[in-house]
Amino acid sequence: MNILSLFVLVPTLMLLAFIPCREIKQVRTVALTGALINIVMALALLFLFYAERNAGNTAEMLFTYDAVWYQSLNIHYAIGVDGISVLMILLTAVIVLTGTFASWNLQPLTKDFFMWLTMLSIGVYGFFISLDMFTMVFFYEIALIPMYLLIGLWGTGRKEYSAMKLTLMLMGGSAFLMVGIFGIYYATSPTGDFTFNILEIAHNHPIDGAVQHWTFPLVFLGFGVLGALFPFHTWSPDGHASAPTAVSMLHAGVLMKLGGYGCFRIAMRLLPEAATELSWIFIILTGISVLYGAFGAIAQNDLKYINAYSSVSHCGLVLFAILMANHTAMTGAVMQMLSHGLMTALFFALIGMIYGRTHTRDIRELGGLMKIMPFLAVAYVIAGLASLGLPGLSGFVAEMTIFVGAFQHSELFYRIFTIIAISSIVVTAVYILKVVGKILYGPVINEHHKELTDAVWYEKLAVITLIACVAGMGLFPGWISNLIGSSLAYIH
Amino acid sequence: MDLSNYLLLKPELSLLAVFSLLMLYDLFASDKAKKYYFPIACTLFLVHTVVCFFFQDAGSSFAGMYVTGTAQITIKCILNIGVFIIFLQANEWLSKPESVLKRGEFFLLTLLTLMGMYLMISSGNFLLFYIGLETASLPIAALVAFDKFFHHSAEAGAKFIFNAIFSSAITIFGLSFVYGACGTLYYTDLTTSISASPLIIMGMIFLLSGLCFKISLVPFHLWAADTYQGAPTNVTLYLSTISKGAAVFALMVILYTVFPILAEIWKQMFWLLILLTITIGNLFAIRQKNMKRFLAFSSISQAGYIMLSAFTGTAQGMGATMYYIFVYIFSNAAAFGVISAIENKTGKVNMTDYNGLYKTNPKLSLAMMIAMFSLGGIPPTAGFFSKLFVFMAAMEQGQVVIVFLALLNTVISLYYYLLVVKAMFITPNNTPIETVQTDKYLKTSLVISLAGIVVIGLISCFYEYISTTGFGIIKIG
Repeated sequence: MNILSLFVLVPTLMLLAFIPCREIKQVRTVALTGALINIVMALALLFLFYAERNAGNTAEMLFTYDAVWYQSLNIHYAIGVDGISVLMILLTAVIVLTGTFASWNLQPLTKDFFMWLTMLSIGVYGFFISLDMFTMVFFYEIALIPMYLLIGLWGTGRKEYSAMKLTLMLMGGSAFLMVGIFGIYYATSPTGDFTFNILEIAHNHPIDGAVQHWTFPLVFLGFGVLGALFPFHTWSPDGHASAPTAVSMLHAGVLMKLGGYGCFRIAMRLLPEAATELSWIFIILTGISVLYGAFGAIAQNDLKYINAYSSVSHCGLVLFAILMANHTAMTGAVMQMLSHGLMTALFFALIGMIYGRTHTRDIRELGGLMKIMPFLAVAYVIAGLASLGLPGLSGFVAEMTIFVGAFQHSELFYRIFTIIAISSIVVTAVYILKVVGKILYGPVINEHHKELTDAVWYEKLAVITLIACVAGMGLFPGWISNLIGSSLAYIH
Repeated sequence: MDLSNYLLLKPELSLLAVFSLLMLYDLFASDKAKKYYFPIACTLFLVHTVVCFFFQDAGSSFAGMYVTGTAQITIKCILNIGVFIIFLQANEWLSKPESVLKRGEFFLLTLLTLMGMYLMISSGNFLLFYIGLETASLPIAALVAFDKFFHHSAEAGAKFIFNAIFSSAITIFGLSFVYGACGTLYYTDLTTSISASPLIIMGMIFLLSGLCFKISLVPFHLWAADTYQGAPTNVTLYLSTISKGAAVFALMVILYTVFPILAEIWKQMFWLLILLTITIGNLFAIRQKNMKRFLAFSSISQAGYIMLSAFTGTAQGMGATMYYIFVYIFSNAAAFGVISAIENKTGKVNMTDYNGLYKTNPKLSLAMMIAMFSLGGIPPTAGFFSKLFVFMAAMEQGQVVIVFLALLNTVISLYYYLLVVKAMFITPNNTPIETVQTDKYLKTSLVISLAGIVVIGLISCFYEYISTTGFGIIKIG
């Protein structure tokens, strides 16, 4: 059996294993075992991937497997990974594991919660391993729909509104996406042997220029909605703010990466002509996303809203880098996806833990947490520093690579938008330092908070894992950028 | 007369046999034996379904009056499966004291309309088609008014019969134009003698309008909501799936074999009708509070999606349409199954009554949720695949704009399907509907529907089989 199929199979088996569970302990055991198996598999995949590459296998995708699904429409269950997908799978596994820890004490309906979360992870894993656009959309939508119930049932605040808004906007995005994908499909062959296979289209069936011009905006916009592209980002702050901790982590950490990954795999790879000609529209939009998200974060008082707007800004940077379409910037884009995934997950985990104790996320009602819960506070500082791009942490390497790549374009237009994007770092520093100064170092505002306790073991485990990843990526970025770079051989 | 003509009519003859046996049983069986009426009816019908599938013929008899082929057999089998599920769901409702006496009538009337639909599907002549159409609609009026002591049901029956007669009149009016211009009613003869003269176009439009009433395309949909709401739930299910599916297939046959020359004209006509149907059906569904009325508008909008691939005129389109009908039957059957389970026990049909249902009836809620996801086109349910194949069939003909608009409409439809999910799972309610016990037949029907929803999409053989049976526009010369 192909190792990649296991990434879909294991969560599916987990779903079945959840069904007979009666007690909360059993549910936790299944969830934790599944997450651990997945992370072991992800590491094994990384190892096998290196082994295969060192053995001299230079194929673009490794571990490929192809089974015909719908013969008459030439739909295949085609899977395979390159360095980028391996990293994405690893990211997903880490965040699912830490998300499991972060929702260790979740009530009520624990079993249902973990079942929907597992369903979501099936979609995400399936999306990252797919090489066939049809299965990609299939898994993409499987990942979207659990969000509705996850936010609607276990969320806080205006959860029903947020859940509906998020679901409908993302589904609206996938409406754009599907038209684009069908357009590509019917342009793959003049004789009627249409194909959904990404590799086959990229290598053997270049898409006609005219079709590229109308499919590119549709596909980019469709995935862009999930990547929080301005002006379709409005689901993101509401959705993240209302979602329970683990869902925010998974959604900001992994699901938003589906958008960037999809733009990169389909829009940029299969429609290169239109990508060069029409990218200016989206560069403007992503430029706005980057800056607007950062300024939006300054204006907020709710910790989750701050982080959600910061996600808009950071994910905007991912799309921005993808549109630069050169080797360095694309490498930076993937690194930013990883960095942002880990960092945001850390943020949301910490916010969830703080909220679980103080029952407020309003920064005006918080203060002096450094004395009360030093572990969580120090972790928050580290996450903040990673977010504003301190060297030695993941944010720095990713953003640096992006800006170096973006600066390779010498036209005035690109220069202006690169400078705009870079200036967002300053704004990021403003809102990060403001929050850190206010809630961690300021005076204790609420006397009741003094009785609160610091993190417990499962929370510590989640936080330490994420910090280790963030720091590891910042200190040893070489292997990651090599892994990404070797998968971008087709870009110069 | 050559009796061998009858050899091709195996589905009809088998249905007739079931009908006669059930009628005789209903007339002559003792009260004690009548306890077994329901299982016997279901078993007989199951046998008929199997017979229908395994004795396939192709050809035409009675001088081209009756035409059959793999496509016709396939759609008949699809309808049979749907009717079987409906029969299973009906027991609980028919066992109520006010309807137990009329139990036989329900089966006989249903089988009679099914016979009419068979004739519509297999006709090669407009005369037979018309007889089929009438046989398929008039007994339904009796079914709609089945709960005659309920004001709503009687009203719905009256509304239905007026509309049925009206639409039949329009159809036959159009037919008379076509006959006047061409001098024949045989499909095969008409194919060659149709021309783009104003008289024939006029006739075609009247003829198609009459059929659009049956499919409830906007603007011919106004009867649907009241009738669906007033009719007994099982009859509503029958109307919204089986009756619609048969009419769509008959329409496709007429479009592809009789009017291929006028394809450009009816394509423009349906382009607009489909867009209106999907959009208006959706927009009205948002505001509904009554579950049956809500599903009525949802089924109006679903009819638009069905037609989206039917009007392409390709074999792929026809395959996608039949597949969509197949999936739609299962999805709707699951939704209506839950509704009738709750209605039978509590009499509640409003969406607010479903608030907090998950706490007391987790299984029914999950069934309803899966049905809603399938209707809304969410993977991994079959609804996702059927919608996508419909869109692909339309895209293949370059219909980008309408596919795009239809896809945006699926987002609207998702909104109201999620409202039901929200009511059941999210909205808090201190007095939810108490735990409902359903009888074993209804349970079986729900299990079959849900298994269908999950399996039909993920396993490709169903689509592969159905799509090979489709045929496109008949090429002339």
